[in-house]
Amino acid sequence: MVYFLGNETKLGMSRGVAEPKLTAMDAMIDKLTGAIFIFQIVVVIVLGIAGNVWKDTEARKHWYVLYPDEGPWYELLIIPLRFELLCSIMIPISIKVSLDLVKSLYAKFIDWDKQMVDVETATPANATNTAISEDLGQVEYILTDKTGTLTENKMIFKRCCIAGTFFGNENGDAVKDVELLKAINTGSPDAIKFLTVMAICNTVIPIKSPSGIVTYKAQSQDEEALVRAAASMHMDFVNKNANILEINFNGSLIQYEVLDYLEFTSDRKRMSVVVRDCSSNKIILLSKGADEAILPCAYAGFQTKTFYEAVDQYAQMGLRTFCLAWRELNEVEYHDWSLLFKEANSTLVDREWRVAEVCQRLEQDLEILGVAAIEDRLQDGVPEAIETLRKAGINFWMLTGDKQNTAIQIALSCNFVSPEPKGQLLLINGKTEDEVCRNLERVLLTMRITKAEPKDVAFVIDGWALEIALKNYRKAFTELAILSRTAICCRVTPSQKAQLVELLKSCDYRTLAIGDGGNDVRMIQQADIGVGISGREGLQAARAADYSIGKFRFLTRLILVHGRYSYNRTAFLSQYSFYKSLLICFIQIFFSFVSGVSGTSLFNSVSLMAYNVFYTSVPVLVSVLDKDLSEKTVMQHPQILFYCQAGRLLNPTTFAGWFGRALFHAIVVFAITMHSYAFEKSEMEEVSMVALSGCVWLQAFVVTLETNSFTILQHVAIWGNLVVFYIINWIVSALPRSGMYTIMYRLCRQPAYWNTMFLIVAAGMGPVLALKYFRYTYRSSKINILQQAERLGGPILSLGNIEPQPRTLDDTDDRSPLSISQSKNGRSSVFEPLLSDSPSAVRRSFGPGATFDFFQSQSKSSNYPRNKDN
Amino acid sequence: MDASTRTKSRSKKPQYSRFTQQELPAWKPILTPKWIITSFVIIAILFTPTGLLCLWASERVVEIIDRYDDDCLPDSYSTDPDSFIQSNNTNKTCVRTLKVPRKMSAPIFIYYQLDNFYQNHRRYVKSRSDKQLRDPDEADETEDCKPINGNDDGPIVPCGLVAWSLFNDTYKFFKGNKAIDIDKKDIAWESDKKYKFGSNVYPKNFQKWELIGGGALDESKPLSEQEDLIVWMKTAALPTFRKLYGKINTDLEANETITVVIQNNYNTYVFGGEKKVALSTANWIGGKNDFFGISFLTIGGVCFFVAINFILLYVLKPRPLGDPSYLSWNRNQGAQ
Repeated sequence: MVYFLGNETKLGMSRGVAEPKLTAMDAMIDKLTGAIFIFQIVVVIVLGIAGNVWKDTEARKHWYVLYPDEGPWYELLIIPLRFELLCSIMIPISIKVSLDLVKSLYAKFIDWDKQMVDVETATPANATNTAISEDLGQVEYILTDKTGTLTENKMIFKRCCIAGTFFGNENGDAVKDVELLKAINTGSPDAIKFLTVMAICNTVIPIKSPSGIVTYKAQSQDEEALVRAAASMHMDFVNKNANILEINFNGSLIQYEVLDYLEFTSDRKRMSVVVRDCSSNKIILLSKGADEAILPCAYAGFQTKTFYEAVDQYAQMGLRTFCLAWRELNEVEYHDWSLLFKEANSTLVDREWRVAEVCQRLEQDLEILGVAAIEDRLQDGVPEAIETLRKAGINFWMLTGDKQNTAIQIALSCNFVSPEPKGQLLLINGKTEDEVCRNLERVLLTMRITKAEPKDVAFVIDGWALEIALKNYRKAFTELAILSRTAICCRVTPSQKAQLVELLKSCDYRTLAIGDGGNDVRMIQQADIGVGISGREGLQAARAADYSIGKFRFLTRLILVHGRYSYNRTAFLSQYSFYKSLLICFIQIFFSFVSGVSGTSLFNSVSLMAYNVFYTSVPVLVSVLDKDLSEKTVMQHPQILFYCQAGRLLNPTTFAGWFGRALFHAIVVFAITMHSYAFEKSEMEEVSMVALSGCVWLQAFVVTLETNSFTILQHVAIWGNLVVFYIINWIVSALPRSGMYTIMYRLCRQPAYWNTMFLIVAAGMGPVLALKYFRYTYRSSKINILQQAERLGGPILSLGNIEPQPRTLDDTDDRSPLSISQSKNGRSSVFEPLLSDSPSAVRRSFGPGATFDFFQSQSKSSNYPRNKDN
Repeated sequence: MDASTRTKSRSKKPQYSRFTQQELPAWKPILTPKWIITSFVIIAILFTPTGLLCLWASERVVEIIDRYDDDCLPDSYSTDPDSFIQSNNTNKTCVRTLKVPRKMSAPIFIYYQLDNFYQNHRRYVKSRSDKQLRDPDEADETEDCKPINGNDDGPIVPCGLVAWSLFNDTYKFFKGNKAIDIDKKDIAWESDKKYKFGSNVYPKNFQKWELIGGGALDESKPLSEQEDLIVWMKTAALPTFRKLYGKINTDLEANETITVVIQNNYNTYVFGGEKKVALSTANWIGGKNDFFGISFLTIGGVCFFVAINFILLYVLKPRPLGDPSYLSWNRNQGAQ
């Protein structure tokens, strides 16, 4: 006998293997590190050559250096290697440590967030993966499951249609429908059969508590809802004893022996049970499943029209529908089939397919009993959350296993697509390749035409068509996927969900997948960010996910608050780390020009170490508390997320700004130090300490200038760090054995030292401040405008949906939003190098193919320009 | 069991604190014109007088500099200075006359200044043994000093290139025929004499090597009293530097003529260096250095200029801060 447990089960096997995730920011930082590394190599080679030239032409004349005439064979390498040692600090090793530290804090902030605690179940949000918070701020596509994610997954049986009669239409609750109760009480065979299927055609296990109350354990919420509804209509499934099911119908106990389970699979979309009625010894096949899986299996001549109508009608209301069917089997037929079934179950190759085929043989000539409709309510705040996130420029795809109509209804009710006339749904379905191809072409055409209009266009595709489209028309489908902001994919299997995620990822989009059930695990693991809802379908999704939240609406906060802050903070922290390393390294390089290009280090090793470990890393670590905009403002203006999505705060341009700032500051520190401490003051230890003090002072002011909000911790870290710098150096200067003995005391008594510090700070920060102010006021980014509005307490705080103001100044801009921001970018790029938040971000290079060109000239239906790669 | 799971789930709930909720009270300054213009004006107002003060202080310092390396080279040797400076038989005495421009009040510092001399060269800076200088028992600690570390006679004390290249020009000052006393005491740092150069460490084997570098040392004096050596061994960070030679403790009146008798021993000719003798007074700013004054004034002026420009911009092209109509998404709504 073979058992499959844990990871060997079907669910476990289909889960796939999670790959370690790398955020877009990490990738960018790696790229920048690579660039700096190349720069470092170039510097080392150039200085190495210069050093050797100087040595051969000049240094040999300087008799006091006493260069030997014949050096060892590696002599040529000595100077380059010396410079390599000097320049090795150019790449900040501390960045990895600092980033890990702050990332774990970002994750903790998510765990701690009170506003993301689901009060009903008291589940807080949880960040399982602590490394990818920044990616949350860069999400472009959200792929969401429907059941349990958008909806509550609290299934309630609401309506049904039995043998052509609709129940529950008047009062909206079939369980309380007098007509139905009457039919049951009078023993209408159709109603009783219907209830029987509801009660026993499932894998539910009733558990009787000692007090006599029966509770149900079900894998599927739908089955539980059906069993519950049956129970409340006096068809009480009370006990399951091995293969014997006991049903209490109106006080009389009926027993059924289960002969076979024909399991549910997402391909078959139905499940059946073969039972033997213990009293009459009849063998019965009970089936339930999706309409398209059940209704075609009706026996010849059966009128299924009313059922199709019923299914349509229920789906229109957003209800989930199940068709219930039944067939009596004769002993011989069952016996023959049973042998086949056993054989199929024991095959080793293609078992699933074989079993499905055998099941198919039995599940035919069914007598359709009726349609059950189950309601699944939307979670609180879902429509608002989706609207906010769509405003933030995030595209939504809904991937569901449900019917098309149900999916569309839910999509409409939760703001996925605007209702007509603003919104437009384009359907892609079809069973054959030709049909799908034609549909796809048509939809693409419509999309291309409407892309200029501010219309909400969404396409709807079903699982079958998706299969064909993905297989044969991948390119066209990819184009479609890029063109449309919204898509509804219904009747899709877990692996198709994952494929769609893969498709979007291959177009270089940041994807977030959110789901709650085991069937979403693949998608969640595949996506850049997986979010699991720790809901009713168990914790599988939440466990596999990077983040788990209690309710869908917390996604807004997760992305807009936590994701955005994390992105901003990391952008500053990483670039600052490069800045401070470059600063000290540039000074070393400049010093080598006045020390005979010999590779002398201006700073002693203790100072260099302390500079990286203490003086510069502590103040910047508290930037994890920095908030550029308040949470409220961000929630009111979700569009601001664009800066994160487009990677505008960390890209080669902003990095060039920091690089330039490091170079400028190095020049300032070096020039001022060397001129202030010239002639009789030019003593190595003193000069080195003056330059180091200059760097530490400057970096304190740089952090101050780049900090948007100062909490007490920031003040302590920035100014406390400066105090600590002096204390540490006083201590070191008190040790007679250290090279710096008495240096710091001497310096602190010299007016020249303090003059030098004033000069360095003023000359270093003045231009930066002036430029920043100029851009802040006259070339302000949207973030700046919101900051100004928020902090000056202007009218903007109530601006969530302000009436557009007529523009008088430069109204030519109004027509093409893209052109303004681009021309603006062009103008202000001149001022960029010293500032961090450059507006002309360099977007990740876009995927191959000219199909994406239209992106340049269109604004999609988004409300702001997406200048992808300018 | 039920109760325990409930408490467990409750304890899972995050504890509220302002830190965990990222709600610490924060000061959120923004760059308003008022603040920026004010701060630039304040910098200008502070820096301009400071600059003037520094310039004035620097101006008060009286300084006499005389470059003598070229002039002290006899014409006959002008094409071959090396043979002049390396020979033991040439007369290296050289007389210079200096004029005191303004009254110099004691103490007057005498410096020698070297140009194009790389005391900061990597090979040079490291070539010393601080342990050996401090402690007579560690005389063998000469690993860093190679090749000036010693021979069969034992280790060189003090070893290394720095000590070996000791500057050895000497100066004598005369007012008329009367010699001016040069105070060579306490020209080195007190801390160096006390802790870095041992009072029981005596020079050994110094300048006895086949290659003679700079000056020699009196072997009867401990290192802590060899102040010229201590001063020399405080390596300079720049290729142009001054080191203290001694002090004159009497005032020099304006327009007095001073005669300096120089023993021109030190070889800077071979690498094109320059030698200068400098007499300077000092005040709070140190020696004569106009850099502070000029840069304070420059920065102050630039700040003033920037402030004026920002004021003009503010007046001529006012831009309301935080105007929502500048948000492009609001604008686009209008377009739709």
